[in-house]
Amino acid sequence: MRAPYNETVMEHFRHPHNVGKIENPDGKATEGSPACGDMVSVYISVDDATKTLSDVKFESYGCASNIATGSIITELAKGKTLDEAKKITWKQASDALGGLPPIKAHCSVLAVEGLRAAIQNYEEKHGLIKDKKPTTLEVVRQRLRKVMDPLTGMGLVRAKLVQEIDVNDGVVKVVVDLPSGHQFASAIKQEIHEKLDTLWDIKEVVIDFIE
Amino acid sequence: MADKTVYLDNAAATRMDERVLEAMRPYLFDTYAVATSEFGYSLGIEAREALDEARETLAKALGASSEEFIFTSGSTESSNMAIKGVALALGEKKGKHLIVSAIEDFPVLHSAQALEKQGFQVTLLEVDGDGLVNLDRLRDAITDNTILVSIQHANQEIGTIQDIEAIGKVCREKGVVFHTDATHTFTRVGLDVSKVPVDLVTVAAHTIHGPKGIGGLYLRKGTPLTKWMDGGFQEFNLRAGLENIPGAVGFTRAAKLITPEETERLQAIRDHIIKRALTEIPHSTLNGHRSHRLPQNANVTFHFVEGESITLHLDMRGFAVSTGSACFSRSLEGSHVIYGIGGDHERAHGSIRFSLGRYNTMEEADAVVDALAEIVSELRSISPLGKEND
Repeated sequence: MRAPYNETVMEHFRHPHNVGKIENPDGKATEGSPACGDMVSVYISVDDATKTLSDVKFESYGCASNIATGSIITELAKGKTLDEAKKITWKQASDALGGLPPIKAHCSVLAVEGLRAAIQNYEEKHGLIKDKKPTTLEVVRQRLRKVMDPLTGMGLVRAKLVQEIDVNDGVVKVVVDLPSGHQFASAIKQEIHEKLDTLWDIKEVVIDFIE
Repeated sequence: MADKTVYLDNAAATRMDERVLEAMRPYLFDTYAVATSEFGYSLGIEAREALDEARETLAKALGASSEEFIFTSGSTESSNMAIKGVALALGEKKGKHLIVSAIEDFPVLHSAQALEKQGFQVTLLEVDGDGLVNLDRLRDAITDNTILVSIQHANQEIGTIQDIEAIGKVCREKGVVFHTDATHTFTRVGLDVSKVPVDLVTVAAHTIHGPKGIGGLYLRKGTPLTKWMDGGFQEFNLRAGLENIPGAVGFTRAAKLITPEETERLQAIRDHIIKRALTEIPHSTLNGHRSHRLPQNANVTFHFVEGESITLHLDMRGFAVSTGSACFSRSLEGSHVIYGIGGDHERAHGSIRFSLGRYNTMEEADAVVDALAEIVSELRSISPLGKEND
């Protein structure tokens, strides 16, 4: 048969590694994408002394690229220190899979975020998180980097689709350099909300398109 | 591709029947002239005769007369022509308001939305949980400015069949032009324009084992429609372009090959798939109306799993189906039809459409449900959802 993904991706999709739950995990997180509806749960076991990941497992309610990325990212993370594992990027996961179609970045980036969030969950439980920072333009820009442009697979900032950002009195305003009728406008809008709505000091997120 | 693909995506495209190709062959290799050459030489006369005969047969299948049937390049063009053609004809004279159902296929939906950008107002008429239009709601939505109502005969994804006669009567009562997209019902589900008050009907060959690239638009005599495909004087000077005579002949042959017996056979296969899927696979929901339903369509959501994963696993086992999952779509949005019937993201995410055709058998229906039961169970075992329900 001909598949829409390369053979490495298909192999991880057919026979995903590290699938399932860890009972009493040291850290866990569930990431969902309102843009495409996929969801990933990541469970970690941490060696407290060395701060390394002794086990990583995942569950996926998602498409082939989501499942394959869950499989590869758990492989990449096992045995790494928390700091090393946090730095694993979507690009590294995608490269290890021999490449994913850019339009699938949405579905596959969740596994990467799930791993980071599970580590953050462990760090929060162990008081390893620094103080809350107020939301600045830079914080918003950082988060928008993680919102993928489905056409290029790049973050919105790199894809030069963010025309304007404003943070004022708990209200974030983002202007996206796309027409509101654009094929991906609705998906991008939902994903921006997902990234910004949770900021602790933000009451409202306003997203505008250029026409 | 696997040798024996079990193809269950006949709403997207069908395998052409060999008999259709045989009917088309002379018009590709012998009588390849165009009908507009009829006054020049005999090949042109033969081409004209073939086109006229094809037109008459297809018009008759709708209960129409020949001069009310215009050949197009397919259902997308037919619906564009109907909606934009009526809007151009009546926009300045009568009003700028259109009504289309929220679950229309893209040619209708996006034609209406394109007109919206040109200053028209569009009402997206909501449907109920089974996909049916509410007649009172339709009546209330029609204003003095309404020029066109477009409501499909049957839905492309969930198969729900609308009461076109009742909808047509409301439109007639209010003096509004009525278009219906009959792409998925033509020759399978009866629609007789001599009895049903409908002004424009979209039909196409690709869903009935005919060639791709040929369709038609029924246009009731006297219906205002402005020509916008400019060029020559073909198709009663309503649609310019070289006549696709092999296509028209193939379309006609394909339409004649559909029999009530075949349609009944497909309906039995449909019912078998629905019954087995709903009873043997836990946490599954039928999408669309149970009885007002296309005979060749089944659509079921398997909760807690994602549609693209299901279709890929099915493909590995040699089955071709389609899904309303966002992951499957080029716009990364879940099916607007599933949302339209009040379904949430989750319902679209795991929805699978089975659409049947001439070459499907009851054995294939059993095989696909057997495969699905295993695949859904495997995918659920790795899903974070639904475990508490097991």
